[in-house]
Amino acid sequence: MANTVAFMLNGRRVSSQAPADTPLLWVIRDEFALTGTKFGCGIAQCGACTVHINGQPTRACVLPVGAVVDAEVVTIEGLAASDAPHPLQQAWIEEQVPQCGYCQSGQIMSAAALLRENPNPSDEQINEAMNGNLCRCMAYVRIKRAIKKVAHATTRS
Amino acid sequence: MNKMHTSDSALSLSRRKFLIGSTGTGLVMAFGLMGGQSLEAREEIAERRFAPTIWWEMDADGILHINIIKVEMGHHIGTAQARIVADELEINWADVRIIHADSATKWGMQETGGSTGLFASFNRMSQVGAAGRIALIEAGAKMLGGKPEDARAEASKVILGNRSVSYADIVRSGKLNRTFTPQELSKLPIKAPSERRLIGVSGPQLDIRSKTDGSAKFGIDAAVPGMIYARPKAPPTRLGSEVVSVDESDARKVDGYVGYVIMDDPSGLTPGWVTVAAETYWGAVQAADALHVEWKTGPQVHTGEAELQAEALRLCADPKAGSMWVKEGDIDKAIAGAAKTMDARYTTTTALHFTLEPANTLAVFEDGIWNIHMGTQWQSLIRPIIAKALDVPIDNVVLRTYYLGGGFGRRLWSDYAVLAALTAKKLGRPVKLVFTRPDDTQLDCVRSPTVQTLKAAFDEKGTLTGIDHAAAAAWPLEATDRGAKAGWPEGVKPPSYMRENIKDGGKVDRYSIAGADHWYTLPHHRVRAILNEMAHQTFVPGFLRSVGPGWVTWATESFFDEIAHAQGKDPAAFRLAMLDAAGKNAGDQHASVGGAKRQAAVLKRAMEKAGWGTPMPRYTGLGLASAFGQERDMPTWTACVARVRVDPTTGAIHVEKLTHVLDCGTRVDPDGALAQAEGGTLWGVSLALHEGSSFDKGRVTTLNLDTYTPLRMSDVPELDIEFIDNTEFPTGMGEPPVVAIAPAIGNAIFAAAGIRLRDLPMRPEHVLRALRQV
Repeated sequence: MANTVAFMLNGRRVSSQAPADTPLLWVIRDEFALTGTKFGCGIAQCGACTVHINGQPTRACVLPVGAVVDAEVVTIEGLAASDAPHPLQQAWIEEQVPQCGYCQSGQIMSAAALLRENPNPSDEQINEAMNGNLCRCMAYVRIKRAIKKVAHATTRS
Repeated sequence: MNKMHTSDSALSLSRRKFLIGSTGTGLVMAFGLMGGQSLEAREEIAERRFAPTIWWEMDADGILHINIIKVEMGHHIGTAQARIVADELEINWADVRIIHADSATKWGMQETGGSTGLFASFNRMSQVGAAGRIALIEAGAKMLGGKPEDARAEASKVILGNRSVSYADIVRSGKLNRTFTPQELSKLPIKAPSERRLIGVSGPQLDIRSKTDGSAKFGIDAAVPGMIYARPKAPPTRLGSEVVSVDESDARKVDGYVGYVIMDDPSGLTPGWVTVAAETYWGAVQAADALHVEWKTGPQVHTGEAELQAEALRLCADPKAGSMWVKEGDIDKAIAGAAKTMDARYTTTTALHFTLEPANTLAVFEDGIWNIHMGTQWQSLIRPIIAKALDVPIDNVVLRTYYLGGGFGRRLWSDYAVLAALTAKKLGRPVKLVFTRPDDTQLDCVRSPTVQTLKAAFDEKGTLTGIDHAAAAAWPLEATDRGAKAGWPEGVKPPSYMRENIKDGGKVDRYSIAGADHWYTLPHHRVRAILNEMAHQTFVPGFLRSVGPGWVTWATESFFDEIAHAQGKDPAAFRLAMLDAAGKNAGDQHASVGGAKRQAAVLKRAMEKAGWGTPMPRYTGLGLASAFGQERDMPTWTACVARVRVDPTTGAIHVEKLTHVLDCGTRVDPDGALAQAEGGTLWGVSLALHEGSSFDKGRVTTLNLDTYTPLRMSDVPELDIEFIDNTEFPTGMGEPPVVAIAPAIGNAIFAAAGIRLRDLPMRPEHVLRALRQV
């Protein structure tokens, strides 16, 4: 009780008084009011809560806030540089990917982590990286197309 | 699934005048209210005496702000509706903004109807756009010193000879004051398709940007200062549970525990349900787990999927059961005199909505008003129920709607709002209620398990003479009827959405049988829709994307395939011969112009594109299905050819490619229609192969993604989707793309491996079992 957990959230140092076993998801959403990260299943199976912890895509719904002491946490709100959207966000708009949109923060966070590790993934590698992100509207065709668009733009340049 | 709760508002609009008047800040265009003293347009607008159903405002910069009352659940309905208006208004698309209006925020308490969709609103929205254009031309011509008949509108300007005035300048003149009577409005001509500039052009959907940066607000994102959090403690069964005792000693040990509330719910929607509240959501989750509740359960606690299906089958076999949906010729005589008959039985299991955003509501009481923040698809149903549950006048309940993190029919039944409202009332604080995923699945208004039996009669030449079809399920409309009978308030009035389709044939929930009235010509054809009472005692049946046709067509399109193969005929040629557009299948002059010929056209095109008849490798086959959705008077025609490979050792079903051709008439936004077709087609695959649940001891068995497994990216087959390009009346696109997929896959499995699967979802173990029997 009343332990303070301090960490970096989208480049800003924050501290939370939440019990250490509270999933990071609820701290981000309810304490810091960053609601772009979504709650879907609570068992790390849908990917709607994907954030980056020290650059790694991580499911915030099962990660206790006590585990992120001093870590760099980045959410969808902190993905872009301040003056321009992330290339994936731009591609998401160009390809008109979202339908209901609820899963898309998680989709984009997973895709961003994939492309950072592997700027030109194969179809199989995209499937492998993205299979943990459920899109209930099943906009998968466009999600994959938007990822490939950014991958190709990066590898060309 | 759009029509039943919007027809009333569409009708009442057709009797209203349309007002266009300047205000202090711009120009408002809206429908007047019924009744009351008739004033000038400007005065009525100034007094806010207008209906909030369709209205918009043009500001001093000429920017058009269109208020969209429809909820946005991923189908981009706001963008599509705005396009229709803007096209007739001759305004630049860049000058258009949409506002997902909370009618209540600005205008006090208003009914917000339900989703209308394009089918119900196309003409009306075109006409009000035209009315706005005419008013602007009249005012603009006057400013230019000419006559309206010499002027025209184009690209946000009124043009007279070589002079022009912008809409912004007209608005700033502040002089518009124009009323169109209902008669004048309905006579306004709608543009010829060749003159359209925005309808039929793909453009960016106006809701998408906010859905890429986390800023889009869903119901689960609503918050007010001082709110506490709550979670339901689900009873053992969805219906029929009663709380006997509660022990909160362990719950009290949870950080921030506030308390629990047993639903005392006069609306009857939440029998025996309990909520648990805490200062944080995580606290509420843990406290609900720690709260010990003892329930008295009803007979439901013994019901399982097998009993529900067995009862449905028993009902199908009872010739007296059910209501008549189709009655052509004399099927009893045709069967009695048949040289040969053929029977088959098809089933589907319980299926879940699984909207990715779990059910949630924020209930806040302030200044005598209950503000209910939520995503819902059916405001006009839930608002009076909430009022009844809270025991307050309906005017004291205001719904504030948000983006829906998936609708699919789940949010037509918004019982979760009652939980939040009653918890807030009891605890005296704003309450944000959020279902965990297992809460959401267990308390879902599921798609009923279904059983269908079909019998075909053949004459001595082997010609098909008729089909006798029975379909048993729980009926979503019956659930709303029962709610009404159980004491829902007058204002809800859903009872009697059920109608007789055949005189004296009994009332039918058409959403539980549509599709069985297909467009194939049969001399003798009978369809009975049967309500499965045991299912109604077990759960609340809901509408699930593609509704009746989503499972009815599984039977009809599989059975036609079986008949064709049994007769040694090509399944495509067999269907085309019956799609002769004769008699009732000729179509009407409105949305089904062309009738069965248009279904034949999509089928032929799908065959051509997919290479129908091309030899396939061993254990690979092509199967087809052809269908329509959602109803005969608003058909979107679909045909799918599936290429499927079956693994004979594992039973795995690999859908390699789906060729899907659709005809939905005019596509207001072609890319939006394509997005719906892509998602809907994959929904079809998911329901056919990946989803499927069951009841056990009165409860849904698959509570989360470890056991309920919708399609993922790696399961996506190659898709070849094409639309027939025409300018016929626009029909629906949300649900019809789902309908033909499952039977096309099943028929392809038969072509690939010679086995006939009749139960959805189709699983590898079904394949292996059938292969052993060959």
